[in-house]
Formats: sequence, C-alpha cells, structure tokens
Amino acid sequence: MSSLNPAAAGPLVGAPAADNYLTHSRGFWSWAATLDHKRIGVMYLAGIFTMFLVGGLFAVLLRSVLLTPDAAAGGVKTIVDANMYNRFFTLHGAVMVFIVIIPGIPAALGNFVLPLMLGAKDVAFPRLNLCSFYLWLIGTAMALASLYWGGVDTGWTFYTPYSTKVGSSGAFGGVVPVVAGAFVLGFSSIFTGLNFIVTIHKLRPPGMTWFRMPLFLWGTYATAVIQVLATPVLGITLLLLLAERLLGIGFFDSELGGDPVLFQHFFWFYSHPAVYIMILPAMGVMSELISVFSHKHIFGYKFIAFSSVAIAILGFLVWGHHMFTSGQSELLGVIFSAITFSIAIPSAVKMFNWLTTLYKGSIDFKAPMCYALSFMWIFGIGGLTGLFLGMMGLDQHLHDTYFVVAHFHYVMAGTIFVFFGAIHYWWPKMTGRMYDEGAAVLASLLMFIGFNMTFFIQFLMGTRGMPRRYYAYRPEFQFHHIVSTMGSYVMLAAVLLLIYVLIKSLRSGRPAPANPWGAGSMEWQCASPPPHDNFKTPPPVVDAYDYESLEWDERVGGYVHRGRRGGPAATH
Amino acid sequence: MTQMADAVHPTSHAAVPHGDAHAHGHHPNLEHHFDSLTQQFDAGKLGMWLFLATEVLLFGGLFCAYAIFRRNHPEVFMYAHQFLDTTWGAINTVVLLVSSFTMAWAVTASQRGQRHLTSILLALTFLGGVGFMVIKAVEYSHKFHDGLMWGVHYDPAKHEHGHGHNGAHGAAATAAHGAADHAAPADHGTAGAAATAAPAASTHPEATTSVHAPETSGQPAATGAEAADLPPERAPLEPSQVALAPAGPAGLHTGGHDLHGPRPDNVHWFFGVYFTMTGLHGLHVLAGMAVIGWLFVRSVRGDFSADYFTPVDLGGLYWHLVDLIWIFLFPLLYLIH
Ligand code: HEM
Ligand SMILES: [Cu+2]
Repeated sequence: MSSLNPAAAGPLVGAPAADNYLTHSRGFWSWAATLDHKRIGVMYLAGIFTMFLVGGLFAVLLRSVLLTPDAAAGGVKTIVDANMYNRFFTLHGAVMVFIVIIPGIPAALGNFVLPLMLGAKDVAFPRLNLCSFYLWLIGTAMALASLYWGGVDTGWTFYTPYSTKVGSSGAFGGVVPVVAGAFVLGFSSIFTGLNFIVTIHKLRPPGMTWFRMPLFLWGTYATAVIQVLATPVLGITLLLLLAERLLGIGFFDSELGGDPVLFQHFFWFYSHPAVYIMILPAMGVMSELISVFSHKHIFGYKFIAFSSVAIAILGFLVWGHHMFTSGQSELLGVIFSAITFSIAIPSAVKMFNWLTTLYKGSIDFKAPMCYALSFMWIFGIGGLTGLFLGMMGLDQHLHDTYFVVAHFHYVMAGTIFVFFGAIHYWWPKMTGRMYDEGAAVLASLLMFIGFNMTFFIQFLMGTRGMPRRYYAYRPEFQFHHIVSTMGSYVMLAAVLLLIYVLIKSLRSGRPAPANPWGAGSMEWQCASPPPHDNFKTPPPVVDAYDYESLEWDERVGGYVHRGRRGGPAATH
Repeated sequence: MTQMADAVHPTSHAAVPHGDAHAHGHHPNLEHHFDSLTQQFDAGKLGMWLFLATEVLLFGGLFCAYAIFRRNHPEVFMYAHQFLDTTWGAINTVVLLVSSFTMAWAVTASQRGQRHLTSILLALTFLGGVGFMVIKAVEYSHKFHDGLMWGVHYDPAKHEHGHGHNGAHGAAATAAHGAADHAAPADHGTAGAAATAAPAASTHPEATTSVHAPETSGQPAATGAEAADLPPERAPLEPSQVALAPAGPAGLHTGGHDLHGPRPDNVHWFFGVYFTMTGLHGLHVLAGMAVIGWLFVRSVRGDFSADYFTPVDLGGLYWHLVDLIWIFLFPLLYLIH
C-alpha cells in the first residue's frame, strides 16, 4: 500500500511524493503511537468500516429472521429464537449509532481532511486525538464484550426499566458493558469535537477567514459544538443508569418512587442532538460533492453555513418529540412539535441550495456524485416523514411502528451514503490510488436500489400497524417483509462490490494525481498522498468553490491551476 | 469566547508569520504544528475552557435531577438534609477555597518563574485535596454506618426513631422509641418491636466514644442537623431527644434546629442525589489531585519558566472548576431551608 506511485510523483509533485505520510515511518508502532492526524484518520476509517460490516451482518440476520411470520402462523423460524432476535437488533442499533455513524464522518474523514482543508499542520491537540481513537477502540471492545455476558436486549435506547431490571444474566448482564462502553465512546466523541473546535478557531492560517472555509468545515464545526455540549449529558445519563442497575439508586425506578420517563428525557436530550451529530458532517460533505461534481460554485454559501449552526441550536430543543406517547404534558408536546417543524426549515435550506447548485451545472456522474444524489432523494424522504412524526396526533398512530424505523433509516442510514461518497471522494488523496469508476458507480446504484427496496415498504407496513422490534408478526405483513429482506440482500451485494472496488484500487489502482476531481479546496493542493507535514508553507487561500482557475492537464491526469501548468504545481 | 478567540487570532499570526518560528530558534516546548508559543497557549486555553464546559454539563444533568426531585418533593429535602453534617461541610468548603487560593498563587508564581514557590504552593494545593477527601470519607462512613444511603440501600431503621419520626406514634411510644434507638444496633431491623428493650441503651459498648466527642463538644452552636446526624449509639442521651413528641414545635427543638415532622416517603432520593453529586465531585477532586501531583513533579523538575507555564495555568483552571462545583453543592445539599 505504501510503496506508491512513481508516476504520480512525475511532473506534478516533484520529488517529495516519495516521502508521504504513509512512507514517512514504518512499523507497527509508527502507526499505533502516531500523532499524525492523517494516520489517525486512516486507522479510524479501517476500524469504523469493520464495525459497519459487523453491524451490517446483524442487520442481514435480522432481516432474514423476518422472512417468515412465526412458527404458530405456519412459518418456521430457523435462525434464532425471539430472545436472540432482541439481542441482534439491540446490538445492531448500538453498533451503528454509537460506533459507526457518530464517529464515522467526523472522526475518520474529518480527522484526515480537516487540517488539510484548513491549511494547518495538524489538529490542535494531536495526543488527545490519538487518545480519542483509543477510547473508541476500548468502547467498541466493551460493547462487543457484552455478548460474552449474554448480550443486551433493551434496544439501543436503553429505556428503563428494561435496562435496569431485565437482564439476560443477572444483575450484571450485558447491559453494563454496553452502557459503560457507550460512556467511553461518548468521551471519544467529546475529545474529537473539542479538538476540531480549537483547531478551527486557532489554527487557521492567515487569510483563511471564517467565510472562506469550505462548507465541510462549517458542518464539522457545528457538529463539534453539539458533540461538546450534548455528549456530557449522555455521559451522566449513562452513569446514572449504571448506578441504578448496579447500586439500586432509584432515580428511574418507580418502585422506589423514581421516574422512568426522566430517563427518556435525559436520553433524548442527548440523542436527538446526536442525530445531528450524524447528519451535519454528512451535509457538509454534500456541499463539497455537489459543487465539485457540478463544476459550479456552491449556491448560497452563507445560508448553508448558517443553517448548520441553526440546526445545531434548534436540535437541542426538540427532544420531546420522541415522547409524545410517554405521558408528557400536552402543552409540552405542542411546544416540542412546533420546534420540530421549524427545524425542517434549515434542513430544507440546504436541500434547495444544493438543488440550485446543480441547476445548469455540468454534472459529472462519478461515484461520489452518485452517492450524493442518492442522499438528496433519501434525505428528502427521511426529512419529510419526520414531519409526519412530529405531528402529535399522527404520531400516536405511527409511534413505535415500522414507519419510525423507515424514517430513521432514511435519515441515519442515508448518511452512510454520504460516508461512502466521501470515502470515494477522498480515497485518491488518502491512498494515492484511483479506483475503478465503473464498478464503483455500479455499487452505488445497487446500494440505492437496495436501500429503497428495504426501507420504503416499511413506511407502508408501519402505517398499517406493523410494530417495530417484533420477532413475530401477522401473516398479512409477510409480503412486505420479504420485499424488505430482498432489498437488504441487494445492499449486501452492493457493499461487497464496494469492498472489492476499494481493495482492487489498493492493489492495482492507477496512481492518483494531486487533484483528480477539479476541486478547489486546499487538500487538493498538496500531493496525493500528502506529505507528513501537510504544508511546509501554506498555499495561498483561494475561494474553495472557484473552478474557473482550474483546468484539466492531460499529462498528470488531473486538474491544475491555470498558469501553473507544467510547472511545479501547487504542492506543499 | 468566540469573539475573544477571533480577536487574538490574527495578531498572534501577524506577530509570527506562519512557519517562521523555526527561524527564531525553536522553543523546546513549542510543538511542531504551532507557529508560536502564544498560539499554542491560546489553543490550550480554549481547549481547557471547552473541557470545563463539558464538565459543567456533566454536572448539569445532576443539577437538573436535583431540581426536578426537589420541586416535586420539597418535603424530602427539607427533612433529609438535616442528617448532613453542616460543620464538616463548611470546613470542607473552607479547605477547598484555601486550596483554590494556593492554586491561583501557584499560577502567578509560575508565571513569574518562581520555581520553588510554585512547587510549594502546588504541594499545599494537593494537601488541600487530601484534606477534603479525608473529611468526605469521614462523612461518608457515618452515613454508611447509619444506613443513610441511596435507593434500595436506604435503611435507617436504627436511626430514625430517635430523631423526628413521630408521625403515627403517641408521645409515649415516641419517647420509648427515643430510648430504643440507642439500643437498636443490638437488634437491628426489629427496632419497632424491640422498643421495649429500651434500657439496653446505656450498656451499649459504643454508647459514647471519645472519637466522636470532639465533633460536637467544640461547637456550642451545634445544629440539629449535626445532632441528628450522629448515629444513635454515639449521641449523648439528651432529654430533649427523649422528649420528642408530635405535640408541638417546642418538643421538637434540638440544638437550635427544628426537626421536621413525620418522615416523608422516599427520603432515599435525597441520599441518592447526595451520593451521586458528591461522589462524582469527589472523583473530580481525585482527578484534580492527580493533575496537581503531576504538575508538582514537573515543577520540581524545572519544566516551567516565565515563558512556559501553560500546564500550571490549565491545571489551575480545572481545580477552580472543581471548587466551584462544590460551592454550588454545599448550599444545595447542606443548607436547605
Ligand atoms: C427534518 C428533520 C426531522 C424531523 C422533523 C424528525 C422527526 C422525528 C420524530 C418526530 C421522531 C419520533 C418518532 C416516534 O418515535 O414516534 C423521530 C424519530 C427518529 N429520528 Fe427523526 N426527525 C428529523 C430528522 C432526523 C435525522 C436527521 C435523523 C438522523 C440522522 C433522525 C433520526 C431519528 C431516529 C434515530 C429516530 C428514532 C429513535 C428511536 O425511537 O429509536 N431524524 N424523528
Ligand atoms: Cu428526534
């Protein structure tokens, strides 16, 4: 992977490409103890992708179980029994939320790209950054260790009293390691957010003003603010949950006069903002992809930037929409409902700005763009169905049905599309290799088809009354379930194809030029892969969305700045 | 914060152009990705402030829980706080305030490059932490001993009868209980039924131990809370206690503090809140002590100088936050009216 591309070193980047961040030092410890944000990003990416496969495996198993209604209704359940099913969906949810999506874009790609985009040498606190990564590893290990204690069957929301009373094996159960693991993962997330905020505030080189920052940085900045402000509340909630289960503290235990709904408030106070931790960085990536692959300046830069901030703020005020059926007062419900609606506005602002950017652009259907366009469709549906759920009356009917399952997959799993798009987009930068475009586009199409097959029909099931988290169901839903499961197999095929594409690229991909896409932001101005120090002297700050000054240079197979053609292109 | 950061930012760059620091001789404490010590210091400081914000929010959850429980059930708090020892609480407040002072002084000393003074002050601050934890441990052990614990472990059977639990009992019965509670340790768990075994009190081996005597002897204004806090077997047998009766406030008066009437339900909440808040705070004190210990080692080693004192400064901020949280906890838990 690292004895790379003599060709890329050719006319474009001159000699230094031989010494890039991958070849800079060797051996296990040069990675395990690295302080280089790029290596940390790559390690995160490898870890998170692996965990995505683990979570995905659980998902495919779940879907397979649901092929038949249940034994009594004439179906035969062969794979697992009902209890095991509960553990599967819990672990699927917990892994995907806490281990994959939350750190996904910020910690893996953000770590790699953020300092480069900013023109900085590293994040503000490299040691803390490495510490975040190890916390992620430890938290992940703890979550998986729960399997050893019999797994967890509470759902990823850990609602009390399930999580405090019921347990697969005694007082300890699998709940304790998972909850403790989520606590540790929370701190990993806090430290990443803290690092990014300080980096953006303090490490911007001269000339990089707030409004010259690429929108991905605005997205990660808004995300980081939520990570820092919301995650501690999750931390204390999980600590109280542990205290409840292990020490019997009684806060959430109605037998002791406590209040289980208090747990729900605490939990959603974090977990609703957390959905924006998942989606804001994805929206940031979207702004880059849409603009770059339309070869057109992003439309409404400031609107997009501020809508990220608006979402971050409003996101703190809507948690009660998860509790319309939990006995919260009607007045509170109305207020939460109203704020929930208003959050659709900044979300829509982004959608319309992307649309307008596409308008009359010269659209290039490269794989990252295919993922980005898929996301627009998917997020459109996900966001609009959120409005259905935000209506107090309608939610009485839809709450805890497959409609909710479909909604949050359209939004949360939608971010996975952006994650994949981002991986393809920055892949040449990270590895110094191009990937097979045709196969990658095919994978993205398959993914899109599979996704909609799997989840769209769940809206129908939900409105007709199929409750979520059920192992057995009435036979009239079998058709829906079969379609949904088939869709998940299509997605599985797409993921396998994607893995094939990436591995093939590592093995035999064409060496990547510094700027294969014609993008304007700074990370494309240093070599692919970047040198250890990123920039010896930072390149001049230009408008990241100005594509006029870039032109295709056949000799390097990439874009170069007009006028710098043939010369030593803008590298570090 | 943001404003400030912005204001600082351009100047620090203007002063030292990017990548230029190396040319001026590399300060050993300047990390490679910063341009100047100022930039590095600013970054560290902003980072620390953000971290403190997360700590505030971590405790914020608990303060929320406190507010909810207290609003819904003020009587639990009115009743139960009396079992906390205000004297120890106040002493601990002073201990932490003094340690905050020595910490602030240590920061100033390190800015001035006074190495020895810095080390001494750090050591004093550390000792303040030790003192706080020791006192906390004493308080905790009393609570454990009295069964004044949280949730399922709340079991003050031997305790409550002598101190204010007089709702359903007649005066005589209460008086008997008052005596009986001194016997309770002997027949733990059956206090009610064993009320008639009252005379055992005076023969209890731990009836008055000298260990506990100083606590109240030096405090003429000992409050009812303190008296109530004493486990029965070490409370001096006072007439006022034996006379506890529902009849009137006069009878409830102990040591200048009214013990409130019937024990409300769910008193354990208060102790749940008390132990989680002070427990989490205690963990933070320990963490702060670890930081200060590490600063002390570095200070003795001579790592700090007038142009590099960032760690002392940041460690100081953390310690002040830990103090500040206690400043909130003390009145919220000990001084309820
Ligand atoms: C247009 C913006 C959105 C609106 C109006 C909205 C509204 C809602 C409402 C009202 C619910 C509660 C449904 C119920 O439990 O009965 C809900 C659930 C959920 N939403 Fe959203 N949502 C929006 C965006 C998002 C985004 C961006 C994500 C994630 C990236 C997300 C993830 C979730 C999840 C995970 C749940 C289900 C939680 C659970 O019970 O397990 N939502 N949404
Ligand atoms: Cu929500």
